[in-house]
Amino acid sequence: MAAIELRGLTKVYPGGVKALDSLDLAIPDGEFFALLGPSGCGKTTLLRTIAGLETATGGAVVIGDRDVTGVQPGARDIAMVFQDYALFPHMDVTDNIAYPLRIKKVGKADRQRKALEVGTRLGLDQLMDRRPGQLSGGQQQRVALARVMATQAKAFLFDEPLSNLDARLRLEARTFLKKLQRELGVTTVFVTHDQAEALAMADRMAVMEAGHIRQIGTPAEVFQRPANTFVAAFIGSTPMNLLDGTVRGDTLEVAGCKVPVPVSAEGLLVDGERIVYGVRPEYNTYSAEPAEGSLGGKVAIVENLGASHLVTLEVGDVLVQAVVPEGDEPELGVDGFATPRRDRALVYRDGELVSA
Amino acid sequence: MAQATSPPEAPEVIDEARARRYSSDAAGLGRLRAGAFVAPALALIAVFLVFPALWVLYLGLTNYRLTGTAAAEPKLVGFDNFVKAVSDPAFWNSTWLTVQFVLGSAVIGQVVLGFTIAWLMRDRTGPLKRAVEGLVILAWILPSAVVSFLWVALLDRDGGTLQALLHLPGFAPLLDHPMLSIVVFNTWRGAAFSMMLYGAALGNVPPSHLESARLAGASGWQQLRDVVFPHIRGHILTNLLLISLWTFNDFTPFMLTAGGPDGQTEVLAVHVYKVALLGQELGYGAAVSTVILLINLVVAVFYLRLLRSKK
Repeated sequence: MAAIELRGLTKVYPGGVKALDSLDLAIPDGEFFALLGPSGCGKTTLLRTIAGLETATGGAVVIGDRDVTGVQPGARDIAMVFQDYALFPHMDVTDNIAYPLRIKKVGKADRQRKALEVGTRLGLDQLMDRRPGQLSGGQQQRVALARVMATQAKAFLFDEPLSNLDARLRLEARTFLKKLQRELGVTTVFVTHDQAEALAMADRMAVMEAGHIRQIGTPAEVFQRPANTFVAAFIGSTPMNLLDGTVRGDTLEVAGCKVPVPVSAEGLLVDGERIVYGVRPEYNTYSAEPAEGSLGGKVAIVENLGASHLVTLEVGDVLVQAVVPEGDEPELGVDGFATPRRDRALVYRDGELVSA
Repeated sequence: MAQATSPPEAPEVIDEARARRYSSDAAGLGRLRAGAFVAPALALIAVFLVFPALWVLYLGLTNYRLTGTAAAEPKLVGFDNFVKAVSDPAFWNSTWLTVQFVLGSAVIGQVVLGFTIAWLMRDRTGPLKRAVEGLVILAWILPSAVVSFLWVALLDRDGGTLQALLHLPGFAPLLDHPMLSIVVFNTWRGAAFSMMLYGAALGNVPPSHLESARLAGASGWQQLRDVVFPHIRGHILTNLLLISLWTFNDFTPFMLTAGGPDGQTEVLAVHVYKVALLGQELGYGAAVSTVILLINLVVAVFYLRLLRSKK
């Protein structure tokens, strides 16, 4: 078990594409860390560079106390679960799990015992002599996890570990993975493009865009206080309202309405400057009557989210969304008012969060 | 309007006989006209493939010769030719030479060279890859007569290129090492097919499997053994089947050594040529050809069995 540290890590592909641009990142020992971002942001390249499958163009990768930047993948003491699990189709479950041990010249009896031990822990003991082709997606994933666990590596890397499972299984696997990682206590980095997955599983996460890390923090920090408008728009199952506004003394003029300056930005704004006002639909209180500091408009769309509804208001020529509990949803076309929670609303200046 | 241009609704009742006919006659030509289209091709196949094959089977049972009374009035002699073939040491000598030729140039030479080039070039792009592949394929597509002449010029005893380059007077590989010469020649000549086949096969090996092995610390050889070979096993067997049969029946060595010196490179294809055309015993030659056909069948069945046994 070991911490992972990246110093000024840069990866430029032949042809000049800069996949990673001088990244610094420290992942402490035992942490479950998520790399999140849209496709093409460099998150998979980053994971593969930690693994040694890609060679860094500049900077250093440190695992434990050892600089492994120039070290072969097999000598880095790490193990990886691939998106397609990469199980060998001609080997049974035992041989697949024991494969890294076989390469390390562990005796046959020893490695079979280890494979059975790890396999039993993951509920694979009845399947040990099956081939991967005879297993379901969830079982294949557990074989891939067992193979990783059998190596006793210092750190685990997961590349989109849940994306090959169907939707229902994915939720189960999410809980299972989080519990397993906690029990094993091995530093684990996983890549995902699904913000809900990152929020649910990770101890801490990095949000990436175009080879840069845009924010590092706990899921709660990233969700409640996105450091910039990119993260704000990317995180959350309903996108954050990001509205252009102007500072007018103690209030903000947003979409033709007056709202109070959020708690986080108090005393940090200059009268008359242009800002972006951000509030999540979950932090908007909907009412049929105007309230102090509310954004008023016509109800344009009502979307059913199950236990709640997502109401879209036309405020002037911009759209404002609010989440309304079930039973309180308005009719289309009526006047509606969304009041942002002052302690949750945020202000962005030039795309960056304004905060003390 | 979409409504105006859409076709009238299809009638509910479908003519059953017509439906059945359409299911087997997609073009709607009818049996006779369809037959007329394939007839020329079938005729060519019958005249140039089926008839000669059957004719060889028949000739093998006669004492047919190129000239003389047996040419005018061949007689059926039953299995005499076959008995003669299997009791002739020259036939078994040729069979043994053919086995050496197939094992040396196809099973070992072309497979190893073709796979090695494909493996080394798998991740490469650009001019080097194009140049290597171009040269290898060039050796394959040039006419046999041309490449044979080139190799004779290279290896010849009297002023051959290799001799001149190495400054070795009297260096005559075609005379001193004739079997080795045709094995090297045929390896060079045929590696392109294996290279292309393995190149395509390697593209189907999932990169994550190789990377998984690399992360486990597997060496290059271990990656080949544990990931690549199991994945391309079917390609390897198909490749072996095809090039074994092609090489078994290959006549090109004749153009380098004419079967010599002293019959040291008289592979079966050359042996048949010698007894049937030079020795004028067409009946006996046909019988030997039939035996070659049977050996080919045995080889093919062996590979197909291996291919089917999904280990």
